Amino acid sequence: MSDVRSALAGASFEGIARVAEAGLRGMISFRGDLSASKVKSALKAVSGVEMPGQRGCVVNGARGLAWMSPDEALVMVPHAEAEDAVSQLNKALKGQHFMAENVSDARAVFTVSGRHAREVIAKLAPVDMAGFGPGEIRRTRIAQVAAAFWMDEADALTVVCFRSGAEYMFGTLKMAAQPGSEVGVY
Amino acid sequence: MSTRLTQGGRRIDRNKPVTFSFNGTRLKGFEGDTLASALLANDQMMMGRSFKYHRPRGVVASGAEEPNALMNMGEGGKFEPNQRATTTEIFDGLAAKSQNHWPNLEFDIGVVNNAFARFLPAGFYYKTFLFPRFAWKHIYEPFIRQSAGLGQAPKARDADTYEHFYFFADVAVIGGGLAGLQAAKTAALSGAKVLLMEQDPHWGGRSMVDGGELDGKPVAEYIAALVAELEGMENVTLRSRMMGAGVYDHGYLLGYERLRDHAPALVGPRHRLWKIRAKQIITATGAIERPLSFAGNDIPGVMLAGALRDYIADYGVSAGDRVVVVTNNDDAYKTALAVKAAGLDVPVILDARADGGGAAAEAARAAGIRVENGKAIAKVTGGKRVKSVKICAQAGEGGVLEEIACDAVAMSGGWSPVVHLWSHCGGKLLWDEEHAMFRPDETRPPLGADGAGFVIPAGAANGVMDMGVGLTDADHAGRRAVEALGLVAKTVRLPDFEQAAEAPLQPVWMMPQGAGPKLRMKAWLDYQNDVKVSDVQLAAREGYESVEHTKRYTTLGMATDQGKLSNINGLAVLSETLGQAIPETGTTTFRPPYTPISIGSIAGEARGEVFQPVRRTPMYDWHAANGAHWEPVGQWRRAYAYLRGDESVHEAVNREILATRESLGLLDASTLGKLIVKGPDAGKFLDMLYTNMMSTLKPGKCRYGLMCSENGFLSDDGVVVRLDEETFLCHTTTGGAERIHGHMEEWLQTEWWDWKVYVTNATEQWAQIGVVGPNSRKVLEKLGGVDVSKEALGFMEYTAGKLGGFDARIFRISFAGELSYEIAVPASQGRALWDALFEAGAEFNATAYGTEAMHVMRAEKGFIMIGDETDGTIIPQDLGLSWAISKKKEDFLGKRAQAREFMANPERWQLVGLETVDGSVIPDGAYAVAEGHNANGQRNVEGRVTSTYYSPTLGKGIAMGLIHKGPERMGETVDFPGTDGKTYTAKIVSAVFYDPEGEKQNV
Repeated sequence: MSDVRSALAGASFEGIARVAEAGLRGMISFRGDLSASKVKSALKAVSGVEMPGQRGCVVNGARGLAWMSPDEALVMVPHAEAEDAVSQLNKALKGQHFMAENVSDARAVFTVSGRHAREVIAKLAPVDMAGFGPGEIRRTRIAQVAAAFWMDEADALTVVCFRSGAEYMFGTLKMAAQPGSEVGVY
Repeated sequence: MSTRLTQGGRRIDRNKPVTFSFNGTRLKGFEGDTLASALLANDQMMMGRSFKYHRPRGVVASGAEEPNALMNMGEGGKFEPNQRATTTEIFDGLAAKSQNHWPNLEFDIGVVNNAFARFLPAGFYYKTFLFPRFAWKHIYEPFIRQSAGLGQAPKARDADTYEHFYFFADVAVIGGGLAGLQAAKTAALSGAKVLLMEQDPHWGGRSMVDGGELDGKPVAEYIAALVAELEGMENVTLRSRMMGAGVYDHGYLLGYERLRDHAPALVGPRHRLWKIRAKQIITATGAIERPLSFAGNDIPGVMLAGALRDYIADYGVSAGDRVVVVTNNDDAYKTALAVKAAGLDVPVILDARADGGGAAAEAARAAGIRVENGKAIAKVTGGKRVKSVKICAQAGEGGVLEEIACDAVAMSGGWSPVVHLWSHCGGKLLWDEEHAMFRPDETRPPLGADGAGFVIPAGAANGVMDMGVGLTDADHAGRRAVEALGLVAKTVRLPDFEQAAEAPLQPVWMMPQGAGPKLRMKAWLDYQNDVKVSDVQLAAREGYESVEHTKRYTTLGMATDQGKLSNINGLAVLSETLGQAIPETGTTTFRPPYTPISIGSIAGEARGEVFQPVRRTPMYDWHAANGAHWEPVGQWRRAYAYLRGDESVHEAVNREILATRESLGLLDASTLGKLIVKGPDAGKFLDMLYTNMMSTLKPGKCRYGLMCSENGFLSDDGVVVRLDEETFLCHTTTGGAERIHGHMEEWLQTEWWDWKVYVTNATEQWAQIGVVGPNSRKVLEKLGGVDVSKEALGFMEYTAGKLGGFDARIFRISFAGELSYEIAVPASQGRALWDALFEAGAEFNATAYGTEAMHVMRAEKGFIMIGDETDGTIIPQDLGLSWAISKKKEDFLGKRAQAREFMANPERWQLVGLETVDGSVIPDGAYAVAEGHNANGQRNVEGRVTSTYYSPTLGKGIAMGLIHKGPERMGETVDFPGTDGKTYTAKIVSAVFYDPEGEKQNV
């Protein structure tokens, strides 16, 4: 299938930060006992990274793992590999009680980058962005919709929301990144 | 006259002139001026008319407490009413208009109310209700509507943008005066993360005007050093032009930052509302001076003493050439000296205290000012401006001893701490007899979740009026805050100071003490709402004893300034009239925001395109480009119908239905909820959630199921598919996806936490397309790749495979009663499949149909719709769905409730089909009427319509409805009166109008 489309075809905006739709990502919603060693090794096998702790995430390029709740993890792989990764998990954990669902296409992904990127997020999410750094993830809301975000590196954040809300998310991020709206507190 | 002095004005830059307009006249000011100071500099003493009597009013104060100088500001999309001139910084092009007058400020028809003032006493509004009925409608209401009201309502859409900002601090300090700065320093040096906010553009508060020395140097130097030190600290955030608007539970604090009000030409948001979580809050909000209640205290030119000297010191503006000072305390003497120092005349200081003032009075006499002890103002003369004051003895009844010509009066009744933010979340007050003021009771602070206080008052806001002592108090507040955080408070060196020796204040609530009715009727308490001493006294005489009742009856303190100047004077007058002490009367409740904040700042980013999230399916753009007439479904936008050319919506719906029934229709069904339920106990779990049996479903099969609440009422429905032994796909209604997901999680987390089941909401992973109609199989066969023949994929069966190259899940289910399939593909492939189906379906006249066609077609088949046939009071048995309720299961949610007497009652209205005798369409929501009337004189009813449509398939109106004993009354007729005056007579029939044997869907 070649004609696959992300929600906004890579739209972008420049303001006090750069906001861009990041295209399709492979994402698997995993539910299970995150402390079980079989689970940990299966997750590592598909993602290539170690399972992070509470509110943590480890992202390495297109691959990564994020803690989403005490019994939920987000597994990240290249978009085209998501189905295979689900099969791999199903095989590795056969007989165990767990759930691995491909939710890649249920998502829209944005990057917010630049010196004021954290301020853009702090205008929309009830999160203390002053001490927020790489390796952390927040599953929260952005304005009126559910969202999660993490910091890839200083001043570069990735924001994930439901695909149906992509237009809304882009609109609110643009509003929060509008020129002249620097807060200047970080 | 009021004018600009040749010298002075620390806030203004005389090299930077600014041009603005007032009531259309172009005027000049300087950068740094407020609108109030610039108007005074232009001798514009009168700035508005009062609310009720339309009396001329001038500016009284110099800050946020100003009740009179409210303006209609800006034009078009920048228009905003009720803006305080005292806190509005001027800029080039500012356009202000005064309020509450017609035709203009100088000549106002409404002032006639003033002449009839004795007919408009306290509670006038309520009293109008007592007169004959006709009087309210024909006399009072039109009159009140015409004369009441302050600024105009904006007509244009707000041209500005606004935003929120979430911030977290250990210690938030409200107020950047000397106390706030000192408290912030102490807290910051001890290691706390500190946020310090000041509503004014400048730091330092009153001490910048009132001066004094710290460490032997002018206080301004100390403040400059303090600000510089705080600015250099990593753990301190300083924000000026930001008001602490409200203190709420759990250390939640709103900060209202005005970013562009002073410079609207700059790009960027106008206001930013900070949503702050602070572990400790220090209120260093200062104090507000009280007016004195004498006759004519509202005539333009009568000002608060502190404000009058602010205008001199801050803006180099004098309110008048001859200023009479009237006071009950030492502080106002500073104004007399400031006026004198500016080269203007103070003909007399009237000190109501028999013993007069202390050192301040000595200084005034030394400066050659006449000081009269025990004297008061009997009356101020003048209309649009002060002309003279008539002097009397404070102890008397107002017998005039002397008249002194003047053009301004500076009054001071003492100072009240700003306790608003302390009180917002429950901080209590105590009455300080010595200083005649309410101040925070530190033993009863607002309490946090841990039962400990989280607000600490500091400085003047804590009732400590002396500058040096206030510094110590602020340091103490800073220390208490960091200690509450568990930090060790560092010792901070405080500057040396000399405490001012002041003579005690003498409370003066009425001037003169024995003022008669005539004087009391012109002695104003609340300027903005036009409440006088006589009004409060009348209320007390009429039996109003509670201060909260008196407030509402007289409207004292209910204007946009929330009684910042009037509260204490008002409740003192009430107390005196009731013959009780002030603390017995108590105060009214302080509520946020401290001063009004813009509605835009509350909305934040939520406006225009992003006012609300609009959810879009992967095919949204196609719908938009193909004439979609939209319908909101939850937060989704779905196509109701697709309009071609000049077709009406009705015509489009009919065309779509006929095309589908005749050949091939395509429906974007992506919004349907898709919940994946997996685990060894998944079957058992679904047996509890659905009324029918799901655990017996074989992999690859589909089953329609009903979900009820534990009260038995129908909550949701949909097709359940067993994907494999452990995994089910539960389709929900479009609006039900999130709700049912939450419902499932709640039962799993709170009741059946030991069941091995996981749920994921996969709704958005899939784009789902209904391929419907006699040619649906042919079009799928053209795409190829999956066998969709009757033999390979029977009715209510499921398969998956590469359909024309797409990763497809194919469900053979039907909501329209035709041969039909629902194809789900990953959302990223949705649009491509949609396009491919139209391409392959071209020869079958493939027609997109919207939600209305879907609704009509399901109604033709007698299928229920959650939200049409159900409304939260309907059980499945009402809808003839007993077949979908398992008799074998021991339990399911709703089972017990459905067995209750009322639920099992045969008298409940039941679902039937309805066919009008003349083929017309019954109006939506119509009730079937029965014989007789009920106790309220209303017609008895025996049923109602739940769905009603024109069926193009059958060429007539069809409907479903709930009718009393409906299923037993087949063939009978019932009457539905419409709101159009017609009565629709319908025959009770089977709800299945189309293909009752189900032959069409099963081919």
